[in-house]
Amino acid sequence: MKLRLKNGRIIEPSTKKDYVSDILIINGVIDKIKPNVASKKDYQIIDLKGKIITSGFIDMHVHLREPGYEYKETIETGCLAAAAGGFTAVCCMPNTNPAIDDASIAKWIVERSKQVRNHIVDVYPIAAITKNRDGKELSPMMELVDAGVVGFSDDGNSVESSELLRRAMEYASMLGKPIIQHSEDMYLSKGGVMNEGFISTKLGMPPIPSIAETIIIARDIQLANYTRSQYHSAHISTEGAVELIGNAKRVNNKITCEVTPHHFSLTDSIVCSFDTNTKVNPPLRSNDDVEALKEGLKDGTIDVIASDHAPHSFDEKQIEYLFAPSGIVGLETSVGLSFTELVWKNYLDIYQLIEKYSVNPRKILHLPPIKIIEGEEANLTIIDPELEWTVDVGKFKSKSKNSPFNGRMLKGKPIAVLNHDCMFINGSVLY
Amino acid sequence: MPLESKHLLGLEGMSKEDIQLILDTATSFREVLERPIKKVPTLQGKTIVNLFFESSTRTRISFELAERRLSADVVNFSADISSLKKGETLKDTARNIEAMKIDMVVMRHSAPGAAVFLSKVINSIVINAGDGSHEHPTQALLDMYSIREKYGSIHGLKVCLIGDISHSRVALSNIYGLRTMGAQVAVCGPKTLIPRCIEQLGVAIFNNIDEAIKWSDVLNVLRIQLERQDRVFFPSLREYRKYFAVTKERLDKSGKIITIMHPGPINRDVELSADVADSEHSLILQQVLNGVAIRMAVLYLLGMRS
Repeated sequence: MKLRLKNGRIIEPSTKKDYVSDILIINGVIDKIKPNVASKKDYQIIDLKGKIITSGFIDMHVHLREPGYEYKETIETGCLAAAAGGFTAVCCMPNTNPAIDDASIAKWIVERSKQVRNHIVDVYPIAAITKNRDGKELSPMMELVDAGVVGFSDDGNSVESSELLRRAMEYASMLGKPIIQHSEDMYLSKGGVMNEGFISTKLGMPPIPSIAETIIIARDIQLANYTRSQYHSAHISTEGAVELIGNAKRVNNKITCEVTPHHFSLTDSIVCSFDTNTKVNPPLRSNDDVEALKEGLKDGTIDVIASDHAPHSFDEKQIEYLFAPSGIVGLETSVGLSFTELVWKNYLDIYQLIEKYSVNPRKILHLPPIKIIEGEEANLTIIDPELEWTVDVGKFKSKSKNSPFNGRMLKGKPIAVLNHDCMFINGSVLY
Repeated sequence: MPLESKHLLGLEGMSKEDIQLILDTATSFREVLERPIKKVPTLQGKTIVNLFFESSTRTRISFELAERRLSADVVNFSADISSLKKGETLKDTARNIEAMKIDMVVMRHSAPGAAVFLSKVINSIVINAGDGSHEHPTQALLDMYSIREKYGSIHGLKVCLIGDISHSRVALSNIYGLRTMGAQVAVCGPKTLIPRCIEQLGVAIFNNIDEAIKWSDVLNVLRIQLERQDRVFFPSLREYRKYFAVTKERLDKSGKIITIMHPGPINRDVELSADVADSEHSLILQQVLNGVAIRMAVLYLLGMRS
């Protein structure tokens, strides 16, 4: 396939260049980058005037649900949702059934992701820290790394035992892989379904205090410093977490963290609707927390924006709030929310946004940086920063529609991705 | 004049006029309850389902009596014999029952927001008979009715809720309703049983029972349980009794007459001593009687609306 991307604004994070040019791509490889370059008739021309072309985005926190929960999402539908959301890569979390705690499962997922129709999105599995994610015995980490996993997490559960987590950190650091912690003190959060505060009191809802998150992060920082290992805090949601990690980073550059778009776009007051699509773990927090998260993104305390894409079927969410499963599908709204809430509200400039979606997560996961230079494979995300659109879950590529953002107006939308000589543009696969 | 809302889900946001209307309507039904023949044909031909996913003798009987005295056809469903054990969801259970052509559902459920959810998935009129520790509007209405009956007006009275505020089924509805009607409201109990930020609802907080008694005109004493989902929120019932129970001795010490209420069932000699529960200043049995009148009023006002 021969392609001419015309007049796009290229932002190349590895060289920090920002310029308007044409790009010629032959069979998925960047052949030429030159303004008004001549191309022969057999090139497909795509006019990208006013659009941003940048290095492919990665969502490092996604639940693809396969194997085990294919009625919620499959590797194929999840990857298509990722492409529609502007991502050329995702990391899938290990709370599948069986869990990703064995090399055979990790290998199977990687293989499966290459066999799906239109292989655009690279899938990098994150393996369980402990067998079956039950916090008792270490998973076979070396074998898992050989099978292609890029990090370790018991996501959905915190590793409760400080001793076991210490061993996990030591072992993972030997392999050069991060430990990614879901921070939740299970004693403090027990039975809770939403943030503790005025709203939970008003609704009579069992609460989850912010300290359920910060207590684990505070402990983990101590462990990470002591073991000199790489530690990444998943989906932080509280002002306290931003403060703890901000302070820790000043002395330890191996500590990083991520935030989800729903945690910086919504507060717990939306739970007053009792809409189960607002139920998520960690829960939506207060105004102060949201403000702290946005400031944390701005000042660099928060390295990564990741969606924690957590599909659940329609019927699973059609029950009482108390009993509904936690989770929000995020792949297809992530970038739009970040533009709307962060870029257009002057928390982040476009360069910072690209860092949080492409440069930083790849660094944390030790994946090679993506370069937009001649001779490199084209791995691109293309964004229309001005496009105003309305979220319509009916149009989601994801199998599940559990989003609290349905009907929300956003400004800024990824319109295309290109990877492995395959392009997804304006809602469908071009070739 | 009809009520503003199709359902009765809670008292949060309900207007003073609507509360007034329910209380006034209950007065005429209270009169019906004093007659030798306590039945009126108001809801003849209407079918009401009492959907109780938690056991509740008092509230269920009160609703059932109210329904029957309005001549409605009544069906009872309780969780013990429910299809829930077979894995059916609330939505399916309710929609299946609704498919048999009914008009109203009265629901008791353990989950906050369950009544709101139900009102979104069925077309029938929904009356919330308690959704976990969220709202229990008819209980608060009957409490307000009983207070108004005794004092003539609710406005300006000082009402203190005592005990387990966090897990109470009735605290929030009382707070919302009483404040709308112009009462001053406080809560009193051990700090572990008072939810965070409750002061933002405009209530005062006491951790000392004697101070609470000194402040109050009316004490609404809530039921105390030592264990909640295998968690313990205070050291022992003995300690609770010693420091928080409403006793004659404590009331006498305050030197004023204080009205005692309790939503039931009472743990005698835990949160309330017998000589207080059965005293002349206790409204507890009037509350129970007024409960039937209030529920008749609510059923009538909502039933007439459709």
